[in-house]
Amino acid sequence: MSETVKGGYAGQILRVDLTAGTHRVQPLPADWPVKYIGGRGFVARLLYEEVAPGVDPLGPENKLVMAAGPLSGVLLPGCGKTHFGAKSPTTGGYGDSNIGGHLSPELKQAGYDVLVLEGQAKEPCILVIDDDSVKLLPAGDLWGKGCYEAEETLKKRYGEDFQVALIGPAGENLVKFACISHDFGRQAGRTGVGAVMGSKRVKAIVIRGTKTIPLADPQGVYAMGKQMYESCFSKPGFKKWTPYGTAEVVDWVNEIGAFPTRNFKTSYFPEYKQINGVRLREDIRQTDKGCMGCPIPCGKYSKARSSMGEAMVEGPEYETIALLGGNCCLGNIHDVAYANYICDELGLDSISGGNVAAFAIECFEKGLLTEEQVGMALSFGDLKSVVHLLKLIAHRDGVGDMLAEGVKTASERIGHDSAKFAIHVKGLEWTGYESRYSPSQMLSYITADIGAHHNRSWAITYDVAVGRDTLEGKAAKVVELQHTRPLFDCLGICRLQWVEIGFDLNWYETIFPKITGLNRTWQELLHVSERVWNLTRAFSARHVPGWGRGLDRPPARFLEEPIPDGPAKGKLITESQMNELLDEYYRLRGWNDNGLPTKERLVALGLADVAADLWG
Amino acid sequence: MRLATKDDLCSGCRTCQLVCALQNHGANNPKFATIRIIGHFPKPGAYEVQVCDECGICRDVCPVEAIYDVNGHLEIDRSLCTGCQACVAACPKGVIAMHATWESPFKCVHCGACAEYCPTGAIYDGDLYTPEQAWRITRDEMIERAKAGGDGNE
Repeated sequence: MSETVKGGYAGQILRVDLTAGTHRVQPLPADWPVKYIGGRGFVARLLYEEVAPGVDPLGPENKLVMAAGPLSGVLLPGCGKTHFGAKSPTTGGYGDSNIGGHLSPELKQAGYDVLVLEGQAKEPCILVIDDDSVKLLPAGDLWGKGCYEAEETLKKRYGEDFQVALIGPAGENLVKFACISHDFGRQAGRTGVGAVMGSKRVKAIVIRGTKTIPLADPQGVYAMGKQMYESCFSKPGFKKWTPYGTAEVVDWVNEIGAFPTRNFKTSYFPEYKQINGVRLREDIRQTDKGCMGCPIPCGKYSKARSSMGEAMVEGPEYETIALLGGNCCLGNIHDVAYANYICDELGLDSISGGNVAAFAIECFEKGLLTEEQVGMALSFGDLKSVVHLLKLIAHRDGVGDMLAEGVKTASERIGHDSAKFAIHVKGLEWTGYESRYSPSQMLSYITADIGAHHNRSWAITYDVAVGRDTLEGKAAKVVELQHTRPLFDCLGICRLQWVEIGFDLNWYETIFPKITGLNRTWQELLHVSERVWNLTRAFSARHVPGWGRGLDRPPARFLEEPIPDGPAKGKLITESQMNELLDEYYRLRGWNDNGLPTKERLVALGLADVAADLWG
Repeated sequence: MRLATKDDLCSGCRTCQLVCALQNHGANNPKFATIRIIGHFPKPGAYEVQVCDECGICRDVCPVEAIYDVNGHLEIDRSLCTGCQACVAACPKGVIAMHATWESPFKCVHCGACAEYCPTGAIYDGDLYTPEQAWRITRDEMIERAKAGGDGNE
């Protein structure tokens, strides 16, 4: 059966060779929309084909890929998501991170579904894409500037209708958790994509596109797109959730005892009411800040008046509140927002940043780091300590040079028992859900393809709904969510309309053919998502020795120390319970006992070439 | 229909521009829209919405008198328009659209689609509502309604 793609894609890949200072445009491979959909699927396929095992993540042979999906920029709720990916300097395996805002719509309107940065520029530069015009220009004095300051300069230079993706000093200095920033405070934060951009010496990507995104049935899309907005407007959550955005969940996570607190020592932060969504909304918010086409803007742009001064910042959103707030014990929304601002301006992922700061403070408390090494006495709950550490890290000053490698490497260098409380999986720091009393969330973290990240499977609500003590059905739920949530990343859109206000998944299946001309059931789209999941697992297995069961595990703190206090006091998931979850998970996936995709499973998923690479 | 705006409700999502282009051109291209969203970041951290208010300057500057009143709104007569773009340059709001693929500029026809689908009520029909009534979501009111558990989407 031959199918023709009739819309949704610009149809081209733009490749920029930074070593040679040239670019070329190639057609999107004909089978990619069908086999990989877009966004994360394109990133995964391109990296698998073009970045070989052994390549240095921060060397010229790694590639930084930015991709839109077929639904990006098309009239429907939450159409502004963009996917960045590269071989991760954080884990050594497959890395990606998505970002909201207005980038992918602009990229598609310029005529490209995918942008690939290859090689390494000799001098710091910026890439300016204006439809068919592609230029590399010297970065000049933008190099070294903070993200907010540099973006403001570029917006003034090029105009409001250009979109900017850029790195801060942390990316320039190859900090392993440097992010890519966009639209004054949105970040592709995870897996060190900002360090990869820094290694290529690209300070900023500036894009304007004026072309029309082709649609198979424009009137059909228009009619259905409007219905999708009306459906969002009619949901009770439209009004209830939107005022607070992701910060709304702070109360609930504390009440169930799952809030990262004091470097994940415990799971309840007594001062959480001071850093929740209500405090964000009522005390510091200036304006809501939505991504392209979003009816439920979770972005809150704020003005912090902290003990260290004032700052304008987008956020803090939930993850930042959890990791800079609870995990560093900052019990004041102004202080959390100020630390958020420091991360944003420096270009640091606030999730890993909060982890590394908390790890360093715990090391200091235990005498594993000294005042002489750090430059000051560190303590939890102290904004000065957190800001001091973040600045050391971004500039790789003193002990910051070691901390800039992330908690895994830092704990290996510090030694003693610090690995026990270096909270990561596979080198990527843990996000905002303490999981010792949430089996499916624990399984989600230890099996997520990029390391300890929640957005592949946010299953903690399922644990609470069906019972947190049972393991039954948990692995199946994780597999389901690991296909559903990353599918949004393939489509190039936001999942929060579905997650947060109960928007019906059927809409996407119905509008997909009107956009692309391809008839797909949701189940068929999920099958693609499973293909991509196996592809990224295979990528990492080829790049990192031992990737598999041996690395699918949490830090020792979570297996050995029961939660000391709060609503989940005394709870723990044991090693044998973890293995029971993993056995079931691997079986459901059709993977072997070591957690690697079998030859048969890969072939059945249409990945015969990957099966040959892995198994001969 | 008279378009009115309330800047502090705008979240910069540009749904209005997508709707405008599909309604009037059948094309998914916000660059066709006759609405401008301007972000003022990092300071003061606010959005500004610009729509046509029928000020008449475009009519006054048109050298061939191609812009005139049709049913209460100024429209560009494409049979007369020479494509000189004097109106585009003169529009104080910057909301007369022009595109490399067009022969004539396009001016807002006050169809109201942007107001209908603006998720926050930042663009609304000024003939039907006062600024207070038009709020679908407001900073304070939204919190109150959410607390009360009401839908509040009148």
